[in-house]
Amino acid sequence: MSSSKHSSNQLRVGDSPLVKWLLIGLTLFLTAILLVVPLIAIFQQAFVEGAAHYFNSLIEADTLHAIGLTLVVAALTVPINLVFGVMLAWAVTRFEFPGRKLLMTLMDIPFAVSPVVAGLLYLLLYGNNGWIGSWLYDQDIQLMFAWPGIVMVTVFVTCPFVARELIPLMQQQGREDEEAAVILGASGWQLFRRVTLPNIKWALIYGVILTNARAVGEFGAVSVVSGNIRGETNTLPLQVQAQYEDYQAAAAFASASLLAMIALLTLLLKAFIEWRQERSLKIEAEKERQVTQ
Amino acid sequence: MSILIENISKHFGHFQALSPLSLDIHEGEMIGLLGPSGSGKTTLLRIIAGLEGADTGRIQFGDRDVTNLHVRDRRVGFVFQNYALFRHMTVADNVAFGLEVLPRKERPTPTEIKNRVMHLLEMVQLEHLASRFPSQLSGGQKQRIALARALATQPEVLLLDEPFGALDAKVRKELRRWLRGLHDELGFTSVFVTHDQEEALELSDRVVVMSNGHIEQIDQPGALYASPNSRFVFDFLGNANVFDGKVENGKWQNLQANIVLPNGAEQKDGQLYIRSHEFFVSREPTVQANLPLRVIAINPIGAEVRLELTPIDWHSNDVWEIDLPHKAFDKNGFEKGQTLYVTPKAGYFFAHDAQQPVLLNWDQ
Repeated sequence: MSSSKHSSNQLRVGDSPLVKWLLIGLTLFLTAILLVVPLIAIFQQAFVEGAAHYFNSLIEADTLHAIGLTLVVAALTVPINLVFGVMLAWAVTRFEFPGRKLLMTLMDIPFAVSPVVAGLLYLLLYGNNGWIGSWLYDQDIQLMFAWPGIVMVTVFVTCPFVARELIPLMQQQGREDEEAAVILGASGWQLFRRVTLPNIKWALIYGVILTNARAVGEFGAVSVVSGNIRGETNTLPLQVQAQYEDYQAAAAFASASLLAMIALLTLLLKAFIEWRQERSLKIEAEKERQVTQ
Repeated sequence: MSILIENISKHFGHFQALSPLSLDIHEGEMIGLLGPSGSGKTTLLRIIAGLEGADTGRIQFGDRDVTNLHVRDRRVGFVFQNYALFRHMTVADNVAFGLEVLPRKERPTPTEIKNRVMHLLEMVQLEHLASRFPSQLSGGQKQRIALARALATQPEVLLLDEPFGALDAKVRKELRRWLRGLHDELGFTSVFVTHDQEEALELSDRVVVMSNGHIEQIDQPGALYASPNSRFVFDFLGNANVFDGKVENGKWQNLQANIVLPNGAEQKDGQLYIRSHEFFVSREPTVQANLPLRVIAINPIGAEVRLELTPIDWHSNDVWEIDLPHKAFDKNGFEKGQTLYVTPKAGYFFAHDAQQPVLLNWDQ
């Protein structure tokens, strides 16, 4: 009795108002100088020479080309990794096979390895003097220093996102729903479209958003394989660097502001999806509570 | 439709889930697969459905060999332990699923599907829940919807995996009776898996008792109860007390305790299995037996009072359980901690070298 009374009178760490406000203040301060201020600065720097200059620098031919190339790369990368990610998640959650654990570990390599290294590896393999590249060169196919190479490294760098979102969900949901559907006579495609897909819908969309954000923003790996040819193989992040190195700071920040806006949009979408998921869970819980009462 | 299972076996890695076993299920029969977890009962059910492939043997539905037929084409109804209702579909859409995925040529028109679904929902008495989602249903309701969904395509074979496992006792009893009624009315062949002996005995036409991947006994519930043919079946059907005895001077002796051999019993050492209600209870030893026990718990259960007892000066691996009618209990007025003596009226004797028991009676 006396010991419990004693402990209930004790303050836990963080209960003291001083500690509490110190921690909150410090967190807010660090968030501001590390995240918020740089973000605002991008837009401030972009408009430092006026709005007209901002828009003019965006419609400059090389920048426009960079925007176009970036969108093309994302438009190719996202579907490839969408299909690949679903396949991968399906394989490791629905089948038992030797090397399954290894595959799940290998899947994270793009997260673990520096993108520059990934770029160099692709250059080594597919460059004109590379193992596969030299053969391709003889067939008159050029992958490196051209858009196909950029797409290839971007696919590499972004390939875990979709699978990483799907695997825990599919593991948790198990395979009973799918077995039930097959027993009821569903074909493979009917099973996927009517049962599997609705179950993983939101996780899939979330994975796609992350893949897209990373595909648009990738710098290191793309930088190695693109060859930095302005108006040809420069994506938007590379264009930002090129402009900055040319002492066109305002133009560089104008391009950067586009990337920042894509990032903000991504966060917004992410927040929206999380809110949707949470709401549907809450509604379900609420309904379940009503039923049991 | 009859189901013929011939020499089916299955292993997972090094684990032998099913030793080659055969089973003949008649048309319109309701079969309960009863056994502890790991006995292979669910594996057998999944092999019948086609969800698992067997290593050896074959399966026939009626005259049709379905051994190599895909799950999709076997056309069985299957009810999962956790119902496996599609959570993003309404109750009506769940029930309609089997009809809507039919190939275009066989598929009924949308109005027909709608009518069939309503008819099925009426059959399970849940037509008012058609537009609800599975998360809004209680366990018993989910179970009925799962059954309606399984029956939508009019399968001739219905397979159920622990159908009442997740329900509370009252709902379970109700659903059991209702399922039996539905089975008799619609005339399909049913196989269900359970670990609950009461459920198996109450619901089945024949019970298949399984352990360690093989069949221990196949019998009608009454026959199974009256003549269990192995120690396992006896143990699993429950409520038996075991007396391990050595023959000395016409008695089975266990330390200080003994039971007189009845007329005609073989003079062999072995184990005597006595059901909890096959006893006479007294405050003194009788001429037939000297089995002192101490009362450690008294539980009134329904029409009877169950006494839990531990041996005094003799050995038994388990606590003994004895069921007395309230009248007999009240007359004696037993209390916790008291010593009492029991005398068996009937029991099953397994000699040490025998697989089959001998039924013994002490009643004159």
